[in-house]
Amino acid sequence: MPIDLEIVSPEKMLFAAPVEMVTLPAAEGEMGVLAQHAPMLVLLRGGTVRTWAGGKVVQSLYVSGGFAEITPTKVTVLANAATPPAELSRAAAERQLADAQSAYTAADKNDVAATSAALDAIQSAQAMVEAAQAA
Amino acid sequence: MPSLKSLRMRINSVKSTQKITSAMKMVAASKLRRAQSQAEAARPYAVRMERMLGTLAASVSGPLAPRLLVGTGKEQTHLLLPVTADRGLAGAFNTNIGRLTRNIARRLEADGRTVRILPVGRKGRDYLRRELASRIGEDISFAGRKSIGYADAAAIAQRVTALVESGEVDVVTVIYNRFHSVISQIPTETRLVPAPVPEAGSVAAGGVVEVEPEETEVLARLLPQNLAVQIYRALLESAAGEHGARMTAMDNATRNAGDMIKRLTLNYNRARQANITKELIEIISGAEAV
Repeated sequence: MPIDLEIVSPEKMLFAAPVEMVTLPAAEGEMGVLAQHAPMLVLLRGGTVRTWAGGKVVQSLYVSGGFAEITPTKVTVLANAATPPAELSRAAAERQLADAQSAYTAADKNDVAATSAALDAIQSAQAMVEAAQAA
Repeated sequence: MPSLKSLRMRINSVKSTQKITSAMKMVAASKLRRAQSQAEAARPYAVRMERMLGTLAASVSGPLAPRLLVGTGKEQTHLLLPVTADRGLAGAFNTNIGRLTRNIARRLEADGRTVRILPVGRKGRDYLRRELASRIGEDISFAGRKSIGYADAAAIAQRVTALVESGEVDVVTVIYNRFHSVISQIPTETRLVPAPVPEAGSVAAGGVVEVEPEETEVLARLLPQNLAVQIYRALLESAAGEHGARMTAMDNATRNAGDMIKRLTLNYNRARQANITKELIEIISGAEAV
């Protein structure tokens, strides 16, 4: 049974179609969602959203973070920014990772918010490098 | 009566003005279409974000609730964000925002509140600087930029969030022209902080919603994002409104120029005819004298 998937960025609707299964890069670990999933609101870290059919990945989309709303019939992904992995440049991703790492080193370790924001940026950039490599 | 030559020159100058205004009108029309489709494309995200916020906000309250949602508990310092265009020649578009901002600021100050203004767009800044200069700190302008993106709104939201979190401001209001139709833009004030909580979404209606990692943590991420989305929407509406207003203004200008050309041409022809008649009379009376 398919489940409706919607991926939306602040600037436009990116994807809307029924899929068999979708895997999301949730903040607390990768999660797969099938139809009839319990209602959930999930925070996403940077990573790749993949749609599956017959045990194979059909499409993937790199998101830099965001939220997902899951209902038994529908998954809505609110992505901060999303790009197909094929359009990611590895060099740009690595540059972003280096920037994020230097931002983390520069961040005041007593400032919890700034430190965790920097860590998130590193994480997101790492996922971007991985996604670019895989493509 | 002005001479024939000066009339001819005036007609020509009005004609070239008319060419400029009608070109500006057409440019505004095409920009308007683009701005409208951009605003249209941004709508799905805003709708879904509102739904999520509704689901979450219902479950969080008390002293732990984030400041962006419930405010700082007082209403002393107000931050106003008037959104205007960077260019003029758009009728009363910019003036309306300036006037509304000024009225709100005056009203708040009469109530003993402190007002701070963060103008977005050059025209609003210039207008408000005449009277409320002391309330304006910095300003934001997109002059020379082709289009505004979400990143611009996010940058503004970040500044606003920092001000709220540090307790420097208590209430944040954005003032912008809501795009009603091409000929009508409605100056609107919308409160951003404390966030107006939308009705609980469809998810909650189905029963209990699990939230991962935790309500407060998700909310802490969602609220700044929501703020950025609200600002983004105001920017887009204002951009569409600006082009609409300019289109109408330039349409009027083109029509007025047409009227003026007609009037001047009439004068010109009359003057020409009077000249001919005068010359004829001179010739005839000269011939009779012989």
